[in-house]
Amino acid sequence: MKPRFVRLAETGRKSVRICVDGVEFDALEGDTVSVAILGNRSHLRTTEFGPERRAGFCMMGACQDCWVWTVDGSRLRACTTTVIAGMNISTKQPEVQWANIA
Amino acid sequence: MGQHRVIVVGAGPAGVRCAQMLVQRGMRAILVDENRRDGGQIFRRQPDSFGRSYGKLYGTEAPQARDMHDTFAKMRDSIDYLPETLVWNIAGKRLHLACEGRAFTRDFDALVLCTGATDRVMPVKGWERAGTYSIGAAQIALKAQACSIGASVVFLGSGPLLYLASSQYVEAGANVVAVLDTSAFSRRVRALPKLLARFDLVRKGAGLVSFLKRAGVKVETGVEPVEILGTDDAGVSGVRYRDAGGEVRELACEAVAIGQHLRPETQLADLAGCRFAFDTATRQWLPECDELGRSSVKDVYLAGDGVRVLGADCAEVAGQLAAAAVLGDLGYPIDAQGLGLLKQKRTRFERFASGIAEAFPWPAEQITRVSDDTVVCRCEEIRAGELRRVVRDEGAREINRAKAFSRVGMGRCQGRYCAHAAAEVIAGCANVPVEQVGRQRSQAPVKPLGIATRQEDA
Repeated sequence: MKPRFVRLAETGRKSVRICVDGVEFDALEGDTVSVAILGNRSHLRTTEFGPERRAGFCMMGACQDCWVWTVDGSRLRACTTTVIAGMNISTKQPEVQWANIA
Repeated sequence: MGQHRVIVVGAGPAGVRCAQMLVQRGMRAILVDENRRDGGQIFRRQPDSFGRSYGKLYGTEAPQARDMHDTFAKMRDSIDYLPETLVWNIAGKRLHLACEGRAFTRDFDALVLCTGATDRVMPVKGWERAGTYSIGAAQIALKAQACSIGASVVFLGSGPLLYLASSQYVEAGANVVAVLDTSAFSRRVRALPKLLARFDLVRKGAGLVSFLKRAGVKVETGVEPVEILGTDDAGVSGVRYRDAGGEVRELACEAVAIGQHLRPETQLADLAGCRFAFDTATRQWLPECDELGRSSVKDVYLAGDGVRVLGADCAEVAGQLAAAAVLGDLGYPIDAQGLGLLKQKRTRFERFASGIAEAFPWPAEQITRVSDDTVVCRCEEIRAGELRRVVRDEGAREINRAKAFSRVGMGRCQGRYCAHAAAEVIAGCANVPVEQVGRQRSQAPVKPLGIATRQEDA
């Protein structure tokens, strides 16, 4: 999958290995989780209500479009969370979503 | 004089200048900020592992950015600084805060809200697709993370930030396909007498436009967005718009940055019970305050872009004026001459801002005619057609009622990115002035809290 974000500078930082939906990626130290994921692929999640994918919107912690989850179930706001080596992220909410139960 | 408990919310230009003035008078204020570091959005710092210079990061604003950061560093030990902390409710004279899963409270004698602004966005068909970002987001991706939001970017909207952010992208080596402004060029000419209140900024703005053109970027004014093209899976692939001559055109791109200037983050002022008034020039409800920043609620003060968007320079002035108001009201003597100079400055900034509102207007007419299949509320994915249906069939002509019926404004962002546009759609459909539609009420918590958040000092 094509990365969405393009790194324009600051590429000499140490790399940090994370796992997203079971796939291992390299991110860079100081990346937000948004940048870590979107530097490797084109989206962060699929919406609860529509068919399309989402990749965040405001990048400043206001719109909440960039929620992802750690595999143990904690919710992260990807644009304001700094990546940590070994993070294991799921872009799907780990439990059953109410919108899908009906 | 006993220790007064003064809390400043927000560590951007207004909050830092306010806290600085309080510290200068020997007061130990609490400074709460949601960000990891001081600076707000405009002077947002890059992570420690980054090495770009101030000049590279903040451009012509580098000296101001450095001064803000230095000011903060110098007073750091003289304030109680709470970074990465969300103020999520206000009840009487008590603030409710949350930091890393802990919730706690702080009582105040005086509260200064310097909550800043977020992008004010016009919905465009297809803007829910991955690869559409706010212009502010595009700027943060570059400033704080050294990234472009895509391999090729169209900037679409209006306001000073449209030209600033797109120029910064070009300068950083990003591929900017076009800058499309919904405002007509003639409006700028007509607003010039007011804009000339700040000749420095007029010259800078003109410089940005000619820089973009020299760099080969297509710059158009008077456009109307039609659709952000793309697919559910791959996201954005282009933009369709009507040019000033009415011709429909398409541009291919992988990302779009949209936004129509900024809007104040007024949720906390609302929860504090501050009275709002409709601002005709910008077509929005804003908290009332006097010339120093006193709100309609005793002991609650407002400063900076969180009250009205006047820019960073003015936020610095407003922060100091609010500090003077706090000090005066608590019985400290105030330097009347210094205060007079600050007020004069602010009057000049306000005149300039009224020129900006005229030159780069919120495109109310374009919003009232967005197609029925345009998503208005990205969070709940509600389209204009559904919103118009509840206006027509359920008689919901007031925004909170329309929200209850349609779920527009009920999602994750709590109406931050749709409420202003929804009001225009409702007003257009009901054929009433937008002020009659009202404003969306704020709810606590002003941002979602994790369910595992634990109350510490209940």
